[in-house]
Amino acid sequence: MRNKEALRIICPNGHLGFACTKEESFYIGAETKPDYYCCDSGSDDIGPVPLGSDTCVSPRNWQIHDLELMLLAARKQGVPMIIGSSADTGTNSGVDSYIEIIRDLALKHRLKPFKMAYFYSEVEKSYVARKMDSNIPIEGLDGRSNLTREELDSTSRIVAVAGVHPFIKALEAGADVIIGGRSSDAAVFAAPALFHGFSEDLSYYLGKVLECASFCAEPYGAKESVIGTITDQDVKVTAMHPGQYCTIASVAGHAMYERSNPYFEAFAGGTLDMRHCKYEQFNEKTTRITGSKFVPIEGKTKVKLEGAGFVGERYVGIVGVRDPYTIKNIDKVISWAENEAKSYFKNQDFQLHYHVYGKNAVMGDLEPVKVIKSHELGIVVEALAKTKEMAKEAAIMGSRQIFYARLPEVKGTAGTAAFLFDEVLPVSPAYQWTLNHTIEVDDAMELFDLHEIVVG
Amino acid sequence: MTVKKLYELAKTVRSKNAGVDRITFDIIFREKENYELVKRGEILNKEKIAALYGIEESRITDFVEFDPAFAIKFTIQRNQPSGSFGDGDIFGSQQYAPLLDLEVTVD
Repeated sequence: MRNKEALRIICPNGHLGFACTKEESFYIGAETKPDYYCCDSGSDDIGPVPLGSDTCVSPRNWQIHDLELMLLAARKQGVPMIIGSSADTGTNSGVDSYIEIIRDLALKHRLKPFKMAYFYSEVEKSYVARKMDSNIPIEGLDGRSNLTREELDSTSRIVAVAGVHPFIKALEAGADVIIGGRSSDAAVFAAPALFHGFSEDLSYYLGKVLECASFCAEPYGAKESVIGTITDQDVKVTAMHPGQYCTIASVAGHAMYERSNPYFEAFAGGTLDMRHCKYEQFNEKTTRITGSKFVPIEGKTKVKLEGAGFVGERYVGIVGVRDPYTIKNIDKVISWAENEAKSYFKNQDFQLHYHVYGKNAVMGDLEPVKVIKSHELGIVVEALAKTKEMAKEAAIMGSRQIFYARLPEVKGTAGTAAFLFDEVLPVSPAYQWTLNHTIEVDDAMELFDLHEIVVG
Repeated sequence: MTVKKLYELAKTVRSKNAGVDRITFDIIFREKENYELVKRGEILNKEKIAALYGIEESRITDFVEFDPAFAIKFTIQRNQPSGSFGDGDIFGSQQYAPLLDLEVTVD
């Protein structure tokens, strides 16, 4: 479909619902009547727990707030709205929760009927197992080996990361609102540009630059809207907040954000090559980009799979230490507590991890400062076991034995630790990223299940 | 001879997950001169990064001097994926601090 010289897309938020969209810059952008309202709502930054346990880390009211802004503006103008990676992880339940929110909002605002398309991204373990049985390798990313059966068996939930394909299919079907399962952030923006006939070279770059909203602008300020414009010649990106600017430095700097290499970005179907990107200051708030190149994959399309597996139940205890002698000997104290736990639990399977704030809790082995300079330490004792009961007991044991640690010269004999609570706290179970892999498919739609309904 | 700290010369020093298995570090300069100074002085290279963080060089998967943004970027392989049991920085966002005090000879 080709009916525009230029296509303008607004992105109001880099992760819809994770923190609320700022309204002022959104309304400034909406005033300019963009052709599309697009936003991604997911991330693998939040760790493996939400995907593994199929939970959502964003408050529902914030998601409603952000979806309401976009839906009302898009419906008022009669232009499409596209959401990717619904509800943080893009699982099926995440998609369903956004469908429900859109339906409720349509009812609340008595919107005229509109077409909504949605797609699911979850992948059955049995599907992956069948592929492995047919000797199709599930290739590891970022230094991982190919997937093993053990890794697959230990996985609780898998999502495939969609490229542009399901979004384009939905647009072809005339969708006014698209609610996506897990997808590449950039695909949400690249898809409408491709649908309107713009080049892959520039469409994928448009997606790349818009995906984190105002993170491509300066000064730093998240959750503000930006608008990307694509033509046959270039991509332009403009900050909507009155105090923000898309500069050469901020836009080029954003190309490196959250990726290992600033020059390449992989998608289902190919790779964006940014080695020859040229950045120019177009006007005070706008940077113009040319020279990006999309290199389609040779052979079959490869789709990224993300998977998380249950590891165990967790409890934490929080303990403080102020005694300077105990601080100096904290490693011995921790060994004491660990050994007490080990001799009590004998052969039962459990793990303790001591996060020693004031020593190296944040950086762990990467911490170059080896000498403790703090006059007090905060210790979070993380305990892991098969059952909640045992995790709780291990956390109590691991924390309380800091209190009872036997040090030869300690002056305080009424306890070598301060308890914040005389209890331990339940936290989410531990999960692990088991899949960061790709799978080759015959058809890019093979893993994505597209549906269309009328709302209102 | 004047010596300055990296934090005095750089506009941005940050770390962040690059996917679930890696943490990437960006040092971005406002002025080309400061970027060139740090780049030419080889204040950062794989060897120095490995020494600073106490890791094998093989864990540094990427090292890029990115001229369009006046930026130096490198990426470290995590020992465990983000958010695994015992991980103290799920987003990888607080691993840059040791870079701030690196010394740069200015003249």
